This record gives sequence, C-alpha cells and structure tokens, in this order.
Amino acid sequence: MSCGAVVGGQTTDGVDVSAQAVIQGVVEHAGAPVRGAYVRLLDRTGEFTAEVPTGEAGEFRFFAGSGDWTLRTLAPRVAPVDARVTAALGNVAEVRISV
Amino acid sequence: MSRSAVLVDTDWVERHLHDPGVVLIEVDEETSAYDKGHLKGAVKLHWKDDLQDPVRRDFVDQHQFGELLSSRGIGNDDTVVLYGGNNNWFAAYAYWYFKLYGHASVLLLDGGRKKWELDSRELTDEVTPRQPTSYTAQSPDLSIRAFRDEVIGAIGVKNLIDVRSPDEYAGRLLAPAHLPQESAQRGGHVPTAANVPWSKAANDDGTFKTDSELSALYVSAGLDLDRDTIAYCRIGERSAHTWFVLHELLDQPNVKNYDGSWTEYGSLVGVPVTVGDEPGEAAR
Repeated sequence: MSCGAVVGGQTTDGVDVSAQAVIQGVVEHAGAPVRGAYVRLLDRTGEFTAEVPTGEAGEFRFFAGSGDWTLRTLAPRVAPVDARVTAALGNVAEVRISV
Repeated sequence: MSRSAVLVDTDWVERHLHDPGVVLIEVDEETSAYDKGHLKGAVKLHWKDDLQDPVRRDFVDQHQFGELLSSRGIGNDDTVVLYGGNNNWFAAYAYWYFKLYGHASVLLLDGGRKKWELDSRELTDEVTPRQPTSYTAQSPDLSIRAFRDEVIGAIGVKNLIDVRSPDEYAGRLLAPAHLPQESAQRGGHVPTAANVPWSKAANDDGTFKTDSELSALYVSAGLDLDRDTIAYCRIGERSAHTWFVLHELLDQPNVKNYDGSWTEYGSLVGVPVTVGDEPGEAAR
C-alpha cells in the first residue's frame, strides 16, 4: 500500500507506510526552507538513532518505530533546536521545525 | 599514535586544500552528496560501486584496489584525507579500508562533511581532474578485519562491541531509522556484546569526543582493555567509526572490525542470538 502526498508534507508514494512509523517534515528559517540542515533522531532516552541532512525544500524523513522521539536540528549559525514527536506504525508524523 | 597523527580539523584541511601530495577523498552513504557540492579538489569514492565486489559480498581485491586508486590519480606517497557525510561513517569505513590495503598516510577530517558545512565553508560542484598513477596496494592486513567464525568464537571470550543504536541492539529495529526496514533475517545481537552506540563517541557536530571522554565511555561499558576487541554494526561502516576510536585514537592494539556485521550474523543458521537490552550469556 502507498499513500499520496500529505498536505504540507512530502509524498510517500512508493513507501509502504503500513509497515513503517514515518517521521517527516521540513526545517524552516524565517518561513523559508533550510537546505542542508542536519536533523538528528533521538530515542526516548535521548540516545542518537539516526540523522539526515535536509533536502532542497528543507525536507527530511525517518523510518522510526512506534513511540516518542526527539528531533534535534543543527544548522549553520543557529543554536540547535529540539522538537518532540510521537510516531506510530502505519502513520506519517509531520513536523515543522523553525530554527 | 597520537590523535594529531590520524585526525585533522577543518582549519587544517582549509590550509592544505591546495597542497600537492594531499588528496581529499569524499565517501558518503548518500552517494550523490559529492555531486551536489564537495571540498575543492576532492576525489569521490563510492563505498559500494568502487569498494565492493560487484558479484560476491566482499571487498575489491588487492589488485582491483590498486587499479581503482591508480585511475583516480592517487599515489602510494600521497597523504589521503578522508571525509564524508553521516558523521564520517563511510569515511571512517574507507579509512579502515585504506589501512587494510596498507596505505601509508591516511587522515580523517574530524566531523567530516557536516562540520565543514556547519562552519559554512566553501563547497564546489567542479571536479578537479587528476593524472592517473601507478598505485600498488599491499596484501590485506587481516589483523584489523574479523570474519564470522571469529565472532562466534569471541562470544564470552573477547570484547564484542555492538555499536548500533539501542533499538537495533535489542532487536526492536533491524536497520538505522533513516533507512527502510530491510536487513538481516533476525533482530538482536551477538550474545555478550556490549552496546556502545558509535554516536556516544561523537559530539553533535560529528567531531570525536576527547580521549579521556572516550576512555571513560568504553571502560564504563565494561570493555576489558586487556582483551582483544571486535566491533560490529549492521554492514560495518559505523563499527569502522568505533574501530577508529579504539585502534587509532585510544591505541588499543588488537581491535578488529567485523564488516559482515549484523546483516551477515543475523542471517546465519544456528548461531546464538540475544534479544533485548542486556548483553546475554555465552552458551555453556
């Protein structure tokens, strides 16, 4: 099964979301997308689990597990920003991060 | 070996960008990263297409590695500086790989591509051509590479370090969380392996922690420094990062990277596996 685009998010075409707990979103600065920021996925204990750089439109995506996660975003010349998110199998959790 | 003999910072690289005899090499997991922008003059190596045999699961052989570096214009006497994305996972893997084939002078850029980008330093999409060389690789140094039977034999005998995330170690995830979940047949870890995620050795910006912080990390995880050590992860790249910490930064003499790692071990028939957060016991 694949799902179409989520409003305001990335398309999940080609991804079997039913078997994934997807966390995705965009990183912005003053309303503009930030390309090349680094988003770190930390688990419920604060331990690093994964990291991706953002794409051209500031977008990022993780295939996580069900549960509570923290997204720590690093970008040039700004302080790191933490955002909490809950993921669930079969769902796409959308997060908008301002740095 | 001191830290300065194996690790350089972004300032050092900026000062030596144009030195003849210094070759920057980018190795990424996200292999198109180089094409979008890289350090000026850097050569690209593809961790899979260039460094893995196209048919069997193994490395390119000594002769092929020599041909590869010859074609990319890298000489035996060049100082190779490796860097890459994802906190240098694949750059550390390439560092270990260059050591395996006996390259004399190899350095790792501390923090890799991320630190360079967070410093807002210059990237270019121009590829600088290099003249082919005649590179001779050494026979592989198997004192730093572990194979599966050695890992099985190490259970309860040597230090085993599983450097994946806690959820992968416990068997709750089969692959890093930024990749779709496809991996070994079974989840879990090698019995008695301690879980010291590679990330505990690095700061948020990807640079390595201090030697004293690193020593404390492995000692507190129960690493017996008088024993030999084998590090593994999923496919051997994150454990190359930990191999670099233990062998190159902390000077531990007998440390091997098991590049078959969990994708091999977790698919073997009949081997012991432990699930959950505890290391587990060696079978009697």
